[in-house]
Amino acid sequence: MPNESPDIQQTMPPPRPGAVRSGLYDPAYEHDACGVAFVARLDAVPTHETVLRALTALGNLEHRGAEGADANTGDGAGITVQIPDVFFRAAVDGLPPAGTYGIGVCFLPRDDARRAEIEQLVETTIAAEGQRLLGWRDVPVDEKYVGETAKAYAPVIRQVVVGAAPDLDQDAFERKLYVIRRVAELAAGSDLVVPSFSSRTLVYKGMLSAPQLGGYFPDLVHPSFESAVALIHSRYSTNTFPSWELAHPYRLIAHNGEINTLRGNVNWMRARESQLKSELFGDDLAKVLPVIRPGGSDTAAFDNVLELLVLAGRSLPHALMMMIPEAYEGRDEVPDYLRGFYAYHGCLMEAWDGPAAISFTDGRVIGATLDRNGLRPGRWYETADGWVVLASETGVLDERPENVIRKGRLQPGKLFLVDLAQGRIVPDEELKREIATRRQYAKWVDEETVHLRDLPAPAAPPPPTESLRTRQLLFGYAQEDMKVILAPLARNAEEAVGSMGNDTPLAVLSRRKPLLYSYFKQLFAQVTNPPIDSIREATVMSVTASLGSEHNLLDETPEHARQLVMANPILRDRELEQLRHVRSDIFMSWTIDTTWPAAEGPAGLELGIDRICAEADAALAAGSNILILSDRKAGAERVPIPSLLATSAVHNHLVRAGTRLQAGIVVESGEPRSVHSIATLVGYGAAAVNPYLMLETLAELVELGWLGDEMTADEAQARATKGIAKGLLKTMSKMGISTVPSYCGAQIFEAVGLSPELVERHFTGTATRIGGVGLPEIAEGALSRHARACPAGGDQLLPVLGLYAWRRDGEHHSWNPDTIATLQHAVRAGSYETYEEYSRTVNADSSRRSTLRGLMRFRYAEGGGIPLEDVEPASEIVKRFSTGAMSLGSISREAHETLARAMNSIGGRSNTGEGGEDPVRFTDDRRSKIKQVASGRFGVNINYLTNADELQIKMAQGAKPGEGGQLPGHKVDQYIASVRLTTPGVGLISPPPHHDIYSIEDLKQLIYDLRCANPLARISVKLVAEVGVGTVAAGVAKAGADHVLISGHEGGTGAAPLSSILHAGIPWEIGLAETQQTLLLNDLRSRIWVQTDGQLKTGRDVVVAALLGADEMGFATAPLIAAGCVMMRACHLNTCPVGIATQDPELRKRFTGKPEHIVNFLFFVAEEARTIMAQLGIARFDDLVGRVDLLDPDEAVSAWRARGVDLSAILHSPDVDAARPRRRTQAQAPALEDALDWRLIEAARHAIHGGVPTEAEFAIANVNRTVGGLLSHAIAREHGGLGLPAGTIRFTLRGSAGQSFGAWLAPGVELTLIGDANDYVGKGLSGGVLSLRPPDGAGFVAEENVIAGNTILYGATAGRAFFRGLVGERFAVRNSGASAVVEGVGDHGCEYMTGGIVAVLGRTGRNFAAGMSGGIAYVLDEDGSFALRCNTQLVALEALEDEDIATLLALIEEHGARTGSPVAERLLADWPKALAAFVKVMPNDYRRALEAGVVSAGGDGFYTRETEGAAA
Amino acid sequence: MGELGAFLKIKRADTPERSPGERVGDHREFVRLLPLVELKQQGARCMECGVPFCHSGCPLGNLIPDWNDLVYRERFEEASEQLHRTNNFPEFTGRLCPAPCEAACVLEIDEGNAVTIKQIELAIVDRAWEAGWIVPQPPRERTGRSVAVVGSGPSGLAAAQQLNRAGHSVTVLERDETGGGLLRFGVPDFKIEKTVVERRLRQLADEGVEFRYCVEVGVDVDVDAAELLEGYDAVVLATGSRVPRDLPVPGRELEGVHFAMDYLYGQNRAVAGSAEPALTAAGKHVIVIGGGDTGADCVASAHREGAASVTQIELLGEPPVNRPDDLTPWPLWPLKLRTSYALKEGGERSFAVSTTGVSGDGRVERIHWVENTGVPPFAAIPGTEETHPADLVLLAMGFLGPEQQLLDALGVERDARSNAAAPEFATSVPGVFAAGDARRGQSLIVWAIDEGRRCASAVDAWLAADGPAERGTPVAATNGAS
Repeated sequence: MPNESPDIQQTMPPPRPGAVRSGLYDPAYEHDACGVAFVARLDAVPTHETVLRALTALGNLEHRGAEGADANTGDGAGITVQIPDVFFRAAVDGLPPAGTYGIGVCFLPRDDARRAEIEQLVETTIAAEGQRLLGWRDVPVDEKYVGETAKAYAPVIRQVVVGAAPDLDQDAFERKLYVIRRVAELAAGSDLVVPSFSSRTLVYKGMLSAPQLGGYFPDLVHPSFESAVALIHSRYSTNTFPSWELAHPYRLIAHNGEINTLRGNVNWMRARESQLKSELFGDDLAKVLPVIRPGGSDTAAFDNVLELLVLAGRSLPHALMMMIPEAYEGRDEVPDYLRGFYAYHGCLMEAWDGPAAISFTDGRVIGATLDRNGLRPGRWYETADGWVVLASETGVLDERPENVIRKGRLQPGKLFLVDLAQGRIVPDEELKREIATRRQYAKWVDEETVHLRDLPAPAAPPPPTESLRTRQLLFGYAQEDMKVILAPLARNAEEAVGSMGNDTPLAVLSRRKPLLYSYFKQLFAQVTNPPIDSIREATVMSVTASLGSEHNLLDETPEHARQLVMANPILRDRELEQLRHVRSDIFMSWTIDTTWPAAEGPAGLELGIDRICAEADAALAAGSNILILSDRKAGAERVPIPSLLATSAVHNHLVRAGTRLQAGIVVESGEPRSVHSIATLVGYGAAAVNPYLMLETLAELVELGWLGDEMTADEAQARATKGIAKGLLKTMSKMGISTVPSYCGAQIFEAVGLSPELVERHFTGTATRIGGVGLPEIAEGALSRHARACPAGGDQLLPVLGLYAWRRDGEHHSWNPDTIATLQHAVRAGSYETYEEYSRTVNADSSRRSTLRGLMRFRYAEGGGIPLEDVEPASEIVKRFSTGAMSLGSISREAHETLARAMNSIGGRSNTGEGGEDPVRFTDDRRSKIKQVASGRFGVNINYLTNADELQIKMAQGAKPGEGGQLPGHKVDQYIASVRLTTPGVGLISPPPHHDIYSIEDLKQLIYDLRCANPLARISVKLVAEVGVGTVAAGVAKAGADHVLISGHEGGTGAAPLSSILHAGIPWEIGLAETQQTLLLNDLRSRIWVQTDGQLKTGRDVVVAALLGADEMGFATAPLIAAGCVMMRACHLNTCPVGIATQDPELRKRFTGKPEHIVNFLFFVAEEARTIMAQLGIARFDDLVGRVDLLDPDEAVSAWRARGVDLSAILHSPDVDAARPRRRTQAQAPALEDALDWRLIEAARHAIHGGVPTEAEFAIANVNRTVGGLLSHAIAREHGGLGLPAGTIRFTLRGSAGQSFGAWLAPGVELTLIGDANDYVGKGLSGGVLSLRPPDGAGFVAEENVIAGNTILYGATAGRAFFRGLVGERFAVRNSGASAVVEGVGDHGCEYMTGGIVAVLGRTGRNFAAGMSGGIAYVLDEDGSFALRCNTQLVALEALEDEDIATLLALIEEHGARTGSPVAERLLADWPKALAAFVKVMPNDYRRALEAGVVSAGGDGFYTRETEGAAA
Repeated sequence: MGELGAFLKIKRADTPERSPGERVGDHREFVRLLPLVELKQQGARCMECGVPFCHSGCPLGNLIPDWNDLVYRERFEEASEQLHRTNNFPEFTGRLCPAPCEAACVLEIDEGNAVTIKQIELAIVDRAWEAGWIVPQPPRERTGRSVAVVGSGPSGLAAAQQLNRAGHSVTVLERDETGGGLLRFGVPDFKIEKTVVERRLRQLADEGVEFRYCVEVGVDVDVDAAELLEGYDAVVLATGSRVPRDLPVPGRELEGVHFAMDYLYGQNRAVAGSAEPALTAAGKHVIVIGGGDTGADCVASAHREGAASVTQIELLGEPPVNRPDDLTPWPLWPLKLRTSYALKEGGERSFAVSTTGVSGDGRVERIHWVENTGVPPFAAIPGTEETHPADLVLLAMGFLGPEQQLLDALGVERDARSNAAAPEFATSVPGVFAAGDARRGQSLIVWAIDEGRRCASAVDAWLAADGPAERGTPVAATNGAS
């Protein structure tokens, strides 16, 4: 058939796959991260060399970027420069003087007609805004420097040159250019992208890899292309979908990281627009709205807002300080004026929170800043000849050491700024002082801010008309709420903990009509940004909440500071009354009743919401600035509207109306009573919550004696409030958010089981992907609770609930007495018949009321399929099975080894979990093929890594994604400690994030590190299902992993807070389907195995998983049950009565599980799968994978259909080439070919094989990463964990080392680096020795300058390291055995350390020793200020004893000898004096363990020849 | 939950009993309660499992972990409320239930260590009676519907109480002179003193249940079947399973060979002082055939009467001492050797014995038996024939099903085992329901109560669908969880 419109076909790019939503894939969840750098000349003279240097730096950051399925297509690279006047003068005729013309870089459609329209539009707009069009310039490009995919989608790039109207100064001209751009953008929609439009700066960027940029744009290498500054960026996106627009830099910034609070920031910004006024803009302001261009990335949105703030008159640093404030609360060292500045601006705008390194330039200044957590790296230096270079890594440019006069790093919350006008680096303190004292911000805050505690106490509220019991029933209280939630909350001021995952139905499938909160699943950070440890890193966290109206963002007046501040967002009754009766000259509150008349029935709910919204509008119109949404009127006549619905409905209504900022929302409700309920309320817009019925119920518990005789009601309420605030922090921190105002309204949830209409209207912007219930069903739920409570009996018992423990008539649990007993009987008797009884029950259950997979049915082959004997045998299928990661420590040695034996006997895989493995098992049938690498890195050394078939990076776990863990000291016995390479009796903390993975490119680095540690193992990344997991999985595939595991939320055997077990993560069916769809769309599916787990129980489950896209399946709970687990759910209590989840020797004797029980189970499962395969007509399991077309929604299951559940997105098959592989068919590209280590290994050949002492020298550059890793692997493979005798291999390296220098370094290897190093030096150090020092003749003083980056010695287990110079954040984090000397460290030094010795011969940053439970640190505290910066939650500061002195002296002497350190020399020169200035940091736990005599103190961890002797 | 790890430190305390020597001298209950301190400790042993198999093992779904914890915390009044939520008559089960809950207790995986659930139950309810917490709970309003419950055993009583509390007007028809069924006339006082039954009957009466005694429906002329159907909106048949299994051997017709229940009825009436017993074991050689609970009650009663000797024989072979994991793995009820309270008081026991005949001159004098293989078909082992003196032979070999006259009269269909066919409690006759042993065949008291409760729920639902709009509180058939 002839093509009817050939022109368009040829000139329009094909529609971008992935640019639109399809199935479960949504481009909104894409992430990116990157490498950034800038180069600046202090003399401000534009040179071409600046550009060339920047391009070189970009090339050396290439490993931080990524490529997609098409290896030549990069994710994006770009550069910002000052407008090269000379260059343009030559290229464009008749240019007016520099500064009076602007250049707009335009990405235009390839369709000529459309392009002409757009160009016309731009021209018209220029004219309409009173400026002059000087002409268009085609930007030359060279297509041989671009990948096929990128080329197919490349825009036409043209530059429009605009002359300024005569009367304008340059700032005003910039504003006009902005207006022109916004007007044109708004009119053109997505067809026009304007990377820059300025009279000062110019951006070149595209969907290129780092080295392609200079080639693709010949302009950049033209000798007259000159600039005094250049900012570059190399992008790593989780997807491979072509996007030229999303390359950085943006107009003002380039960003490395991610804005977690984006949804809230965008909403709030939109709400602010109606109030915006600016004298500078005048009427033009209206033309640019909305400020944030829809469909952009987080960086784009940030850039949009920043641009507005700057153009409206604030300086660039000022605006950045507003948007990314440093942590200032509770920090004494922050000066008052600065505290005042932040507090004041906090009233204007919430923080844009997230791990962010933002580099910025407006052509006059250039700089970078780091968010409060400091989670992105940045290293800078200044040279004697006037250059300043900053980059994500050191070593991106060659520099003669003697030319370097200063080196440093970006620090959390600090601004690094080069001011070209002043020709110098402006120190952070000076810059901030100048900005913060421009106005009397601190004074304004003092005078205008009202503290809740200062308001007069009003009269008590009138007593309720209904009895407590009636009201409890009305709000759905159950006995479990009292016993499981509230009593422990009050008792411990902390949320209760549970175990063994969640086997109850999704809220939408439950027949008990759960409260609305339970439809919302908490989102959590994984890979693309780190969660925070809200306990150990409390310095950055804050629950302070505030209320009031916001004023014009673009102005600053004292009135802006008029806010009412609360210590935390959970209000006691008295506090609520204070708010309600606040004097109207201060604030004005208005209470809105959120109940509806029972007589109106279900229809009354919608009417009620409409009424509430209307009342809110009226209240705002009347000047109220505190809206109290109250359901106190609920009773016989009136039904409470679910508080979350009321809150979010009002919030979203006011956002839409543009009036949201006129008032804060306070919720007064009987419904909330858990961390999750409060978190959802705050997340959907409540500034504060008064959970009055919870408080009253606590008083009842006190009265009934539930909380002991001592506790008063007031105390119980205070403790519960505190506990919830703590839980709220934890919930926020899972997503990496630090402050309540940033969390408020951020909507960081996914709805599961709510109708799209409901969500669109009242929870706007929240993901809801399987449809579900709407207002009528929600109303019925509320009415049924009402019917139960009224007319009041008053004395009836509360229902039991059965959510946390099985009860016969309670919530359904898929593991119940029937299923557990039949499974155990089946596997013990080896009876397939009994198994069939079990699987029938489970499968039937599943469809009736429990899981999404239960709602699907198979599309069986017509004609009955194929004979069973033609199907692949079970013995082959079971090889796809693995057991879940359960650490030795969480489960007993017996149980752990039984799992390993079972899996080894059938060719499956068992998983060590996060607790190491006894080396004696490496060589026998107890060896776990999968060795897990989790954030605690327990037991992870080169020997462990070498002895794996698979290395699994645990990013999250199903039970508590986004959280860390803790093993109390009393559980760490001699054996557990020896396996974990820690100290017996010392408690162990797993941090929430991997401290070497704050973004996707970091993950890529860890994958690389692990490949070096074991090139033969496949590398797996474990993720937990949540919205967007598919894009993360795509990023994982691009990062070079071989395997990705998508865990469902229901799984998880570990202990976790109850709210996490129930409310974080989503079912694997959704996550797996999203992953499969996204990988297919990206054509990445063929490169990676996909595994899923999460309450898999039967062969049917396995087949559904395969059809949805899983090559492999994991089981944890079911094998444990086969081995005797009875779901006590007391794993965290060490009292497991069947000897599984316990270390108690008496209880362990009760373990009766046998490998054959587990083997029987898995074979039964495989057999059942085979019978289904036969009916499907599929003989090979491989052919099952990804055949989603063989699944249909089961129309016969009616209950859920009535609730609006829609599986079409899960069962969606992406529209891609049918030949595209749907399973893993090919290996990843080799990653190690160019490793420097091959040369090291060659040089060390005789040392490795013959023990011949060897010395050699090598040059090193930042692209040489993980140097020493492969070498250590070679040694461990031959010699096991003991490695080689000390000093056998001595290598010297000169230059800047890439990341992970000396990772996993084996005993017997000494690496001396002369130069400097990037992040992760000595990661997992396993016994080797590292020394770092600057070159002789360096132009700077070593001890005042940075020699190595962040997160050094992470998880080190043994060995020594010496650093002559300063290092970054988190030095020796999770060190469990290495000794180290360093001359100064950044924040969080020695965090989570459990063993080893650290000597700091200089200043430390804040939060030193947070979470440090073992090991010793000696800190030289010459000015006596160290105590202020040390976190003494777990440690004491002591004087040194004799033994300490000897240890310290030996270390300093060795430091001096190895690095030539003048500091060491100085200290040793007057040792007694030096000694007096040292402080010993001693963990309390460690002292107790030492005093108990279970361990000898020492720097070499806990090695014994017996356990370490076993080699691979 | 109880106390962390208490099950490791505290041993299971067996139910305290009065010494066999002492108790055979009277008819008072022989089970004692543990002192409060020990009882609390036993409560502390409960681990409050995530999956409480006890709660599942209990036919009533008693909320065992919940009240174990309350006892540990000495919160008896709440415990009593919690207990009554699922069980109308915990004082009956606390005395008479064989406690399948304990067999299913997770601690019983380590055999012999189950939490002493039954004792705790008894302690709760006895204390509740003592403290006066158990009071009549008449319905707030009446529905205007009437229900007849035939039979006043535990099943009938449970149904009656539930239906009455739901607001229906309930009449219990009982053929004996007073209420309680086997609880009163089958089980001896030393297991359950009759005041225990009486106070519960009084509670029901005070709540408004009408009791009509000495009325044998369908047999007596007073109340015939038609009248029953016409006079009430619904009928619940809770007549039990009272047709005993006979022993068809030579000599069965001799004087002195009786069904156990005939003996026990007489004994109970005698202890109550209402009638002289027709049968007595005093001074006799007593043979009890059947190794179950009824047999044990016969043995113990015979002891108390001063029998010359008591021998209990059982057809089945001697079960293993420990739980046989291949046959009845945890959490199933274990088929294992149990020694009854009665045999602790004296007497002989033989397993795998088949009675071949009794003989005597008009009166039984001897019994003849032979040892068998212990498993079906119980082939005799040649050369093991024995003869023993026997003056009183009591047949305690179980029951075959309900008496059939009433069922015939009402035209109710039967199932294959001659029980009233009532899969969801409704029988083939509209408005007629069946519960308890009459429906499920002979079983435990705990099942009887459960049947009564669930049947009440079915009746209530039927009345609601069929009946007037005016309704009281719906009857709770469930254990109150939601």
